[in-house]
Amino acid sequence: MSGMIKTIGGLLRQKKVSCAELTQAYLDGIAKDNSTLNAYVRVTADRALETAGAVDRKIAAGEPLSLLEGIPMTLKDNISTRGIETTCCSRILKGYTPIYDATVWQTLQKQNAVLLGKTNMDEFAMGSSCETSCFGGAANPFDTGHVAGGSSGGGASAVGGNLAVYALGSDTGGSIRQPAGFCGLVGLKPTYGAVSRFGLIAYASSLDQIGPICKTVSDAAAVFETISDRDPMDSTSVGRKESVLAQLEQKPDSLTIGVVKEYFHGVEPQVETALQEAVRTYEKLGAKIVELSMPAISYALPVYYILACAEASSNLGRYDGIRYGYRAEHYNSIHEMICKTRSEGFGPEVQRRILLGSYVLSAGYYDAYYKKAQNLRGAVIRGFEETFAQCDVILAPTVPMTAFPKGFAEQDQVQTYQTDICTVPVNIAGIPALSMPCGYDRKGLPIGMQLIANRFEEKKLLQTAFLFEQEMAGEIYRKTEWGCRQYA
Amino acid sequence: MREYELVAGLETHVELSTKTKIFCGCTTEFGGAPNTHCCPICIGLPGVLPKLNRQVVRYGILAGLATNCKINPVSKMDRKNYVYPDLPKAYQVSQYDKPLCLDGAIELDSGKKIRLTRIHIEEDAGKLVHERGDTFVDYNRGGVPLIEVVTEPDFRSIEEVKEYVEKLQLLMKYIGVSDCKMQEGSLRCDVNISVRPKGSDTFGTRTEIKNMNSFTFMTKALEYEFERQVDLLENGEQVIQETRRYNDATGETESMRSKEDAHDYRYFKEPDLVTIRTSEEEIEELRAMLPELPDQKRARYLEMGINEGDTAALIRSRRAAEFFDEAAKGLKMPKTAAAFIVGQMFSRYSTEEQRDAWEVSITPTQLHELCELVESGKCNRNLAKTAFDKMLDTGKSATEFLSASDLAGISDEQLCEICQKVMNQNSDAVQSYRNGKESVLKALVGAVMRETRGRADASKATGLLIDMLKKE
Repeated sequence: MSGMIKTIGGLLRQKKVSCAELTQAYLDGIAKDNSTLNAYVRVTADRALETAGAVDRKIAAGEPLSLLEGIPMTLKDNISTRGIETTCCSRILKGYTPIYDATVWQTLQKQNAVLLGKTNMDEFAMGSSCETSCFGGAANPFDTGHVAGGSSGGGASAVGGNLAVYALGSDTGGSIRQPAGFCGLVGLKPTYGAVSRFGLIAYASSLDQIGPICKTVSDAAAVFETISDRDPMDSTSVGRKESVLAQLEQKPDSLTIGVVKEYFHGVEPQVETALQEAVRTYEKLGAKIVELSMPAISYALPVYYILACAEASSNLGRYDGIRYGYRAEHYNSIHEMICKTRSEGFGPEVQRRILLGSYVLSAGYYDAYYKKAQNLRGAVIRGFEETFAQCDVILAPTVPMTAFPKGFAEQDQVQTYQTDICTVPVNIAGIPALSMPCGYDRKGLPIGMQLIANRFEEKKLLQTAFLFEQEMAGEIYRKTEWGCRQYA
Repeated sequence: MREYELVAGLETHVELSTKTKIFCGCTTEFGGAPNTHCCPICIGLPGVLPKLNRQVVRYGILAGLATNCKINPVSKMDRKNYVYPDLPKAYQVSQYDKPLCLDGAIELDSGKKIRLTRIHIEEDAGKLVHERGDTFVDYNRGGVPLIEVVTEPDFRSIEEVKEYVEKLQLLMKYIGVSDCKMQEGSLRCDVNISVRPKGSDTFGTRTEIKNMNSFTFMTKALEYEFERQVDLLENGEQVIQETRRYNDATGETESMRSKEDAHDYRYFKEPDLVTIRTSEEEIEELRAMLPELPDQKRARYLEMGINEGDTAALIRSRRAAEFFDEAAKGLKMPKTAAAFIVGQMFSRYSTEEQRDAWEVSITPTQLHELCELVESGKCNRNLAKTAFDKMLDTGKSATEFLSASDLAGISDEQLCEICQKVMNQNSDAVQSYRNGKESVLKALVGAVMRETRGRADASKATGLLIDMLKKE
């Protein structure tokens, strides 16, 4: 698979299609399908066409194009864009237009990335179905009666529904990988610190990481290579420029794949079968398979919800109606104004997590919850260190099931939290992981396979994924429609 | 009535004089139109991240070294969560359980040591402005770096509190980490105060008085609060643990919030910043940058024979003290230089700020030259004083104002002749003196000085006259 970015870039360079035509085709697609998918919450058509015009002028002048130049894409609605409303799909940020650009968007703008719009998400990235969005959920392109997943559901819905070539999402506990898994896409959560978080509206600062959602592994490599770098504006950024794309086709020297049994507890049979099939494929491709155990995984879910909610309760304290965004209409005092603004502006899931987070940090409960969770975070990190001493890459399900039907998440929050079990350990440890399709269930919904590597081993991770994709392309992509087909 | 003793501990916030704020590039300058020294970072817009200004850490370490603290090789920033409109992120980035500096002390003149628990770095909040019946927020001060200096409850009198604050203020100015202008709020104190019967060794219930930014208010507030607590106990009532503030209009302290309403700050490590590591090399580099501190200067000046008064005056301004050090280098009697500075230079400044600014027209070398002329006896003190005033006015050297004859001096022989001449011209006075009216001596000395246009050494002339008057 050469990837959509390379293919479309080639068409632009060969002048088989102009960037304006390409952009307009995507805008037409959005006009036609977005009412069904609800992938976009804001479309930036004028700006997209303006950028496309600039790219076309460069092509006409014979100037070389950079990797992502002229490629139509989207940003999750929690990535700050100067002059474009950015709301985290929350009523409380209604009308908030950033006065500065997130570092990733600065980088992409320099490359003339064509921004089609901002995509739907769970409110402040809290959710697994995109349905906590104040704009309503995004639909799964494979079956619009099912959710696209969350929280970066809009990005996955847009890319899966051919309404964008790639999307940038954010992943705090699986928010890139889970929707990618649900929509049959490749979603990469880079190492914590590999991509600048500056301008990403925080949910849980020690877990959040920006990454791409794409159709293919090579697209993910192209976007990752562009956005990963050290950023002086982000003190936790430790990224470095690394060329991944050029070495994607290199087979890793030796490949030991770890199958950690705890990842398979409670996994739906169809998902388990598809993953066992994937393991056999790797074996056939020459990988060594080792079965491993990592008991610390059982701590991951409570650790995640305690830490994420604690940080969120602090990060979301600033939305008080004083400086920007929504403000309650009727109040008699500043105290009442802040209380009413927050009660009216935040949805129930966000309020639940703020309360939970405030509780676990409060005097008297701190040691029992937050401190214990921090200690167990260490146990999870050590668990991965021990596991990676025995293998190169871990193969696991992305989600124990395929896409939920709409309304499922709302019915049982605790059960929905539990579906994050396979994705959260990676965020707790700050390591990179990727989800890619490895088959379909009987309803025709995609099954996601998760590959996990050690810190800063994105190259190995992407090479391992590419290997599988090359072998299985015909099989796993048989149901995805190619957005670029009409130009090929 | 029993006798009571005050027990107090201080938390002092000192605004650091770094050029830029603690987490962004905005200026820390005082004043400015509201909300003009701000950016997305210091007003906490969604998505921004802090970037620690290393100079703040270095200033914090300097403050720690100047107060004999241990410097923590590994410290961290924490979030202190509370809601107030002047705090745009709803948390203050501060240090909780791993402060930059620990276990220091400041010694009072009595030799008593006030122990410092810790010094930590943090960001300041904005300011509420009440105008036209409405409330506005000015975030210019938001993100200005502070250190908080926390003492043990070691104070036993208001005088000790005052002396400590003055010493701390002077120290911080000396090491150049803060201008400590109380009227601009760059030094503010919270005092924890309790009372107990004299001789008791248990602590009473304390109250905390917040945000005092002048010595006058602080003294008044502490006096009032001490009396209030004593009255409560004397009337058989109890002191309630609470936070209070001083109301200048009533001259009283009033309750702000009780212990039950105390904030639960929900401290946790600031996840957007990394651990602060300080190497032994950096600490040593900073230690080497410390100037001679006020207490060290004081000891040295007294050793040099400078009187208590001049010593105290000199060390109150680092620049004045350094001017003195430069001027006094190599002088036999450095107190001459001290007297010139304290007597004639300080009197030219009407405020402490002016003295701190130390804008002087002459160089230390020029003062040194003048002192040498005095020491060698070439120029007497009176002439030198007059010349020094002119030097300060013009910036010119002493020789510009002293003629060759001024500097020639008068030989003992010449002085004898002049004294004789004066005695001859004032025979009445001479007779009066000899009849026992010794007060006329002054007039005779004055006449000698006039005759010599002030060049004569008055004390020498006096001695000589007495000898001659008695002789005949």
